[in-house]
Amino acid sequence: MQTARVRPATYYRTLTRNLVLFVVVISLLPLFLTGAIILYQFKQAYQTKVEENLEVLLNKHRRTIDAFLVDRLADIRVLARSYTVPELENPALLKAKLNLLREEYNGVYVDLGLVDDKGAQVAYAGPYNLTGANYSTAQWFKQATGSEHFVSNVFAGLRGSPHFIVAAKKRFEGRDWLLKATIDFEAFNALVENIRIGETGFAFILNRQSEFQTKPRQEVILASGAWRELLQDPLDQGKVTIVERPDSLDREMIYAAAPLKNGQWIICAQQVVADAFVHLVQAQRAAIAIFVLGGLAIVVATLILARRLVRRIAEADEQKEAMNEKMIEAGRLASIGELAAGIAHEINNPVAIMVEEAGWIEDLMSDEGPLSEETLSEIQRAVQQIQEQGDRCKQITHKLLSFARKTDPTIKQVDINGLVGEVLGLVGQKSRYAGVKLETTLDKNLPRVAASPSELQQVLLNLVNNAVDAINAEGGTVSVTTSQENGRVRLSVSDTGIGIADANLARIFDPFYTTKPVGQGTGLGLSICYGIINKLGGEIKVTSAKGKGSTFTVILPARQDSAPAPTGAPQAGQS
Amino acid sequence: MSGQGAQRLKVLLVDDELGYLEVLQKRMSKRNLEVTPVSSGTEAVRQARQQSFDVAVVDLKMEDMDGIEVLKVLKMMDPKMAVIILTGHGSEQAAREGMALGAFDYLTKPCELSDLLTRIYASQER
Repeated sequence: MQTARVRPATYYRTLTRNLVLFVVVISLLPLFLTGAIILYQFKQAYQTKVEENLEVLLNKHRRTIDAFLVDRLADIRVLARSYTVPELENPALLKAKLNLLREEYNGVYVDLGLVDDKGAQVAYAGPYNLTGANYSTAQWFKQATGSEHFVSNVFAGLRGSPHFIVAAKKRFEGRDWLLKATIDFEAFNALVENIRIGETGFAFILNRQSEFQTKPRQEVILASGAWRELLQDPLDQGKVTIVERPDSLDREMIYAAAPLKNGQWIICAQQVVADAFVHLVQAQRAAIAIFVLGGLAIVVATLILARRLVRRIAEADEQKEAMNEKMIEAGRLASIGELAAGIAHEINNPVAIMVEEAGWIEDLMSDEGPLSEETLSEIQRAVQQIQEQGDRCKQITHKLLSFARKTDPTIKQVDINGLVGEVLGLVGQKSRYAGVKLETTLDKNLPRVAASPSELQQVLLNLVNNAVDAINAEGGTVSVTTSQENGRVRLSVSDTGIGIADANLARIFDPFYTTKPVGQGTGLGLSICYGIINKLGGEIKVTSAKGKGSTFTVILPARQDSAPAPTGAPQAGQS
Repeated sequence: MSGQGAQRLKVLLVDDELGYLEVLQKRMSKRNLEVTPVSSGTEAVRQARQQSFDVAVVDLKMEDMDGIEVLKVLKMMDPKMAVIILTGHGSEQAAREGMALGAFDYLTKPCELSDLLTRIYASQER
């Protein structure tokens, strides 16, 4: 058993899914886009800020270090210009000056020495015994003799510990002398060692040969590859260059570099990106958390709402279905009502005959004297007539009852030809009195269709009733034709009646639309037919010519496996 | 039963139900009425043209010619003729229309013969 009443559960599932998808996409997309744009802008702004900070920091320290070197050089130059070479050759003077400098500058100076143009240290003051040391082959000495003053790279030198030299040239008696001071590496190192940036950032100094001028930390050595690459570029004087690269541990790092000491040295800073952008990452995490939680809330709310909505729709559909059933039932009663007068009259005649025949028997029996042979046979005839008329009554009531029982929407295999016979039998009396001839042309091999017999019966009754009503007092013909085409069953009802005005043609399937006089038509008949046929997956069409008549055609899909129905209906010309 | 005059009343009985005509004719004849049964409006008009009737009993619903049409024609042919309408249950509206067109009275089918006879005699006592 199969009913086509309620929509399948999959329909509501699909509806729910589409609703949820639609609402979720529509609400999450702007949220996502807004979040992404804001995060991107924030990241840009934050990156600029981080880089600016780095630049400011590096510039500040560069100036400090440059100033330190210039100051140390200035000290030595003042010292060189304040005394003559013979005075400077006196180790006592050097010692006194060294002590003065060490007091003033907190032990930055390690020693002082005077070197002649052959590279021999003629005077020395300091912790090592370097008087007479020969620097003629030392790198720094070669470089220093070429200019008025000089700051060397950091090197181990004769003493074996890292240091660098500040030297000033002095001419005396046609010879060049160098007053040189050694700067304590630790003191210099402290200048950059204390530069900390965030948790992981720090600074150091390199020369152009990538040699450390300050004590390198473990992390710097890990990143040396990136530094070598960075140093190949000519760094702009007074500018800070910033790049982001992964280090050898594959951590994304931010590197900043600025030239020092007229470009000979480079002050560098590095920091782990995650550390530099720690606030950005926190903001990103917060944004993503809000997005995820908000999205989840939207999805859950949408699911709940969609379920609720679809449940309402399903309920409304059920109610509509129930209403439809009631409407079909009401329409059915209305069409029976239209037939009622004809049927009442049809049943009145046999009843009247029976009453009269009974009265006639009474008449005969009230005659005086014994009943003659002739009277007896007359009584017998009357009784037989009563029986015949009783049978006639029975047939009429059966016909009516078969139609008046409640609508049953159960889908069965329906023989359309048989249905035509039933319905025409019902309309027969009405059409007789209306002067309408009923004709049928039935396809004997018509396949069955899957439909509710009572609903289909109603469709046909409505169409035939309307066809009979369309014919005026002069009479006419209503023909019912069944045929098949392309696996579909076609049923048409034509009349030679008044036809339908073009203006009304578009509206005839609308509910409550009727052109019949008030009280004679509900306007539901065709609308119900339309609903029933539509539900069965068929179609109903109408063609009409004003004054010539109308044809209603119903096309229904045939059952695939259907054998032709045995046709018990009359084949032609009921009148 | 009254009205057993020397002149028997001539009744034209019009109904398309042959069984009804037959039995009604028998019963009315037994009650001393001269009954001419006809089964259609056309036949009724033909009979009325050939002879005059005192009363016509006409069924309202017939196939060839509506009872109202028959009434109109009979009244036109012989305004003195009393016409009694027989109607099915539920068609009283049409019967009242007939009254307006000059019918003497109407009865709903099935009816008691005595009622019909009462109307027939009453129509003659006007």
